[in-house]
Amino acid sequence: MTLTESTDGDLGEAARTAVVDVADVVVRFAGDSGDGMQLTGGRFTQETARLGNDLATLPNFPAEIRAPQGTLAGVSSFQIHFAGRQVRTPGDSPDVLVAMNPAALRANVGDLRPGATVIVDSHDFTGRSLAKAGYATDPLDDGTLGHLDVQAVDMTALTVEAVRPFGLSRKDAARTKNMFALGLVSWMYGRPVDGTVAFVKQRFARTPELRDANVAALRAGWNYGETTEAFAVTYRVKPAATPPGTYRTITGNTALSYGLVAAGVRSGLTVFAGAYPITPASDILHELSKHKALGVTTVQAEDEIAAVGAALGASYGGALGVTTTSGPGLALKAETIGLAVMLELPLVVVDVQRGGPSTGLPTKTEQADLLQALHGRNGEAPVPVVAPRSPADCFDAALEAARIAVTYRTPVLLLSDGYLANGSEPWLLPATEALPVIDPAFADGPNDGVSFLPYLRDPGTLARPWAVPGTPGLEHRIGGLEKADRTGDISYDPANHDFMVRTRQAKVERIAASLPPLEVDDPSGDATVLVVGWGSTYGPIGGACQRLREEGWRVAHVHLRHLNPLPPGLGELLHRYDRVVVPEMNLGQLSRLLRAEHLIDARSVTSVRGLPFATEELAGELEHHLREACS
Amino acid sequence: MTTHAQQDLPFPGLAGVPEADAPQTRKDFASDQEVRWCPGCGDYAVLAAVQGFLPQLGLRKENIVFVSGIGCSSRFPYYLDTYGMHSIHGRAPAIATGLAVTRPDLSVWVVTGDGDALSIGGNHLVHALRRNVNVTILLFNNRVYGLTKGQYSPTSELGKVTKSTPFGSVDAPLDPVRLALGAEATFVARTIDSDRQHLTEVLTAAAAHRGAALVEILQNCPVFNDGAFDALKSKDSAADSIVRLVEGAPVRFGAPGEDGLGARAVVREPASGMLRVVDQVAADDEVVVHDPQDVATAFALAGMSASGAAAPTPVGIFRQVQRPTYDDLVREQSRQAGWGETDREAGLEDLLHGGDTWSVA
Ligand code: SF4
Repeated sequence: MTLTESTDGDLGEAARTAVVDVADVVVRFAGDSGDGMQLTGGRFTQETARLGNDLATLPNFPAEIRAPQGTLAGVSSFQIHFAGRQVRTPGDSPDVLVAMNPAALRANVGDLRPGATVIVDSHDFTGRSLAKAGYATDPLDDGTLGHLDVQAVDMTALTVEAVRPFGLSRKDAARTKNMFALGLVSWMYGRPVDGTVAFVKQRFARTPELRDANVAALRAGWNYGETTEAFAVTYRVKPAATPPGTYRTITGNTALSYGLVAAGVRSGLTVFAGAYPITPASDILHELSKHKALGVTTVQAEDEIAAVGAALGASYGGALGVTTTSGPGLALKAETIGLAVMLELPLVVVDVQRGGPSTGLPTKTEQADLLQALHGRNGEAPVPVVAPRSPADCFDAALEAARIAVTYRTPVLLLSDGYLANGSEPWLLPATEALPVIDPAFADGPNDGVSFLPYLRDPGTLARPWAVPGTPGLEHRIGGLEKADRTGDISYDPANHDFMVRTRQAKVERIAASLPPLEVDDPSGDATVLVVGWGSTYGPIGGACQRLREEGWRVAHVHLRHLNPLPPGLGELLHRYDRVVVPEMNLGQLSRLLRAEHLIDARSVTSVRGLPFATEELAGELEHHLREACS
Repeated sequence: MTTHAQQDLPFPGLAGVPEADAPQTRKDFASDQEVRWCPGCGDYAVLAAVQGFLPQLGLRKENIVFVSGIGCSSRFPYYLDTYGMHSIHGRAPAIATGLAVTRPDLSVWVVTGDGDALSIGGNHLVHALRRNVNVTILLFNNRVYGLTKGQYSPTSELGKVTKSTPFGSVDAPLDPVRLALGAEATFVARTIDSDRQHLTEVLTAAAAHRGAALVEILQNCPVFNDGAFDALKSKDSAADSIVRLVEGAPVRFGAPGEDGLGARAVVREPASGMLRVVDQVAADDEVVVHDPQDVATAFALAGMSASGAAAPTPVGIFRQVQRPTYDDLVREQSRQAGWGETDREAGLEDLLHGGDTWSVA
């Protein structure tokens, strides 16, 4: 079957090629920053999601906005792992690499296993471009790719030819080659492209020639697969068995933003987000700024400190103050977070972690801000810490952070990371009416007979009253100086300070009582090794454990949503196993915490490459611990 | 509950803030906390003036908030029986911005000092002013660090000997008025702690102003910088040192001349347009008439005092212009987007389902 105007994206399976069923596939689109690889990957993701496959994605782009064209530094890629079964990670190694130029090939080819397919745009494999990418000889001819199934296609020329009727400049014509690549790969995996056709039509509604050219390029790519003999087989990946309901794909940053919007709706509070642009958190500010109608106000502040200050000021006035940042920004906000600890006001601080220290690796992922989140302030300044474990889970984690902040009148740190932020997965949409209700319980009158004591606490939560300006009779002054118990007056009394320090700590510890029981993934029930993770390592650890179990190992996995306070029952759980292993994308911050808190000889498995753990590699590390523990 | 409508002068700055049901006195604004500045500190006079002036605004006191930073003057909120926050060093304008944006029913005041506002918090001051957030900023300038016991500040004069500058400061001082004018502040004024009447007049005008108002209050620190403003206060020198800026009035000062106004004047050179001080105003001098709309002249007038403590120092309202406030604009955008009229639950449902969705049966 050939795709024609009349079928308009309604595509069946190819008739003349063999169809092979595969369980799961990893595809990586790679090209120059200007080649539109993120968009291509995003569209392929949508198509795949609609087919009902489970999936996970990993965009990888340079920190430079436009690194020199054709260089390794300018290569941008998008990886998607999709399957007819549960997908935990974006995949270690691509089965198919689409490389749009020599640099994209060179930057990614090392990640491929023998036998993997490489679809390469051969157009630019000429002297200058090869040299720019660092190739002395043409890899398409010199035999260095002999271990791979290389499909060299002059996508640029084919695309330019296909879009000739629309009268674009040569440059604009060539720019639609990403659609050609998308069409070809969509054909290979039987992905419908009607959604992309609709998307293109909407996106280029005002420029008909670009609209038509993009659609034509997409079809040309599909037809190329269909009509040439180059590709002998297409693949079928059956839908995954997923719970019934309505789904969409979502990135972590979007899910986190929606979680904050939901927290506002479910608490009845205005959401006030103060933020200063910083990679990889800025998308949260962008997203929140769209939702004024839903009670969200955003202020792009003059700096990180002002951003958290404005958020705290809004919280003081009775809004849900939020500030979003990454590691360097969190360092700047430390003093204000300490003030929020002292004032005991709700505040959600989002840190989308990236590679550090200092400016570090702005577009890459890491988990090395855990100890900064826990301890990065002067004095004893306990702050609850919550971490999402997958892109969609950012929604629930944001709601949970807001619940704790409002209920316990405390700043809360929400630790996402660059992988969660930009990665995506299918999300089973929750029923909004089933989302937790958050009660601000504002103070509205005296709490001690006829008088109002701003630091008289709720005996259960130890939270103090939230008495917002405008409430008659409750006028009071708060500040960063130590407070007297109950009255909140300035106090330099040693016994009072000792009491207040311990009380602020106790309040945060009380949160543990509100947490659900820990869920341990231990299918056999008799594992001797427990793997403890937090944050975005959920997928890789889960995948590694699954692989090990398939090989007969018995291994348990527990993943922590709450890093402060640690969940109740964790200590007992840790002591039940012969060995506790803690994989982290840092040099062992959680393992250090577990050692300190629970006197356990936690073993650390660490990786700080700016990328998520590769499942295979992690499985190998864990296997080593399993062997040791069993011997 | 009644509130000021914006066009109801004299306090358009307070539009949206509920009015008190009954008249108030200064006692209503005194908190139960013991005031703990050093004896003779200029802060006492400012506190008395503010407590005496707040009843004139006729606002519900629970709708007034004072936010301060760190420094002697930043203790101010503790002594007022309104809502108050004694925050951290330099950040009060940022905190007040978040409060003002989300709460149009509050009268928000910032109390700060020369170190707090101009050194550690310089960035926030500049941005609160250029955004024109509807807050009134009282900047107590004693030209020294008091709370940390006597280091030079960003407004200390060159050569000042302090604990941290035993050989004299080599740091060029900053003029808050000119900084504020440069930041496009819509209301910029200077007054003196010891002149209760002038202080009250300026505070009243600042409260009436809708938008960011910066009021520099020259404040004596008898412990670490005593007499910094003596030239402006002593009977002998005040006439020659203080230049009172009054809208529509010629800028004259010094001992009265034949017409009863000061013999000295700020005049404009006809050829160059430059300003110059003349000691004896002549009939054909083009004496500057103060116009708070004219920022260039305001900047030049503020520069008069740059040459040192003995130089004539203008006080009064340097600049007052109208420009939409940041917080009003933010709220207007929200209103236009449907804030308050959208069913948030339904809107959330639509948002979540707004992407490319698919169903699994
Ligand atoms: S040190 Fe100076 S400014 Fe501070 S309270 Fe004492 S006199 Fe006032």
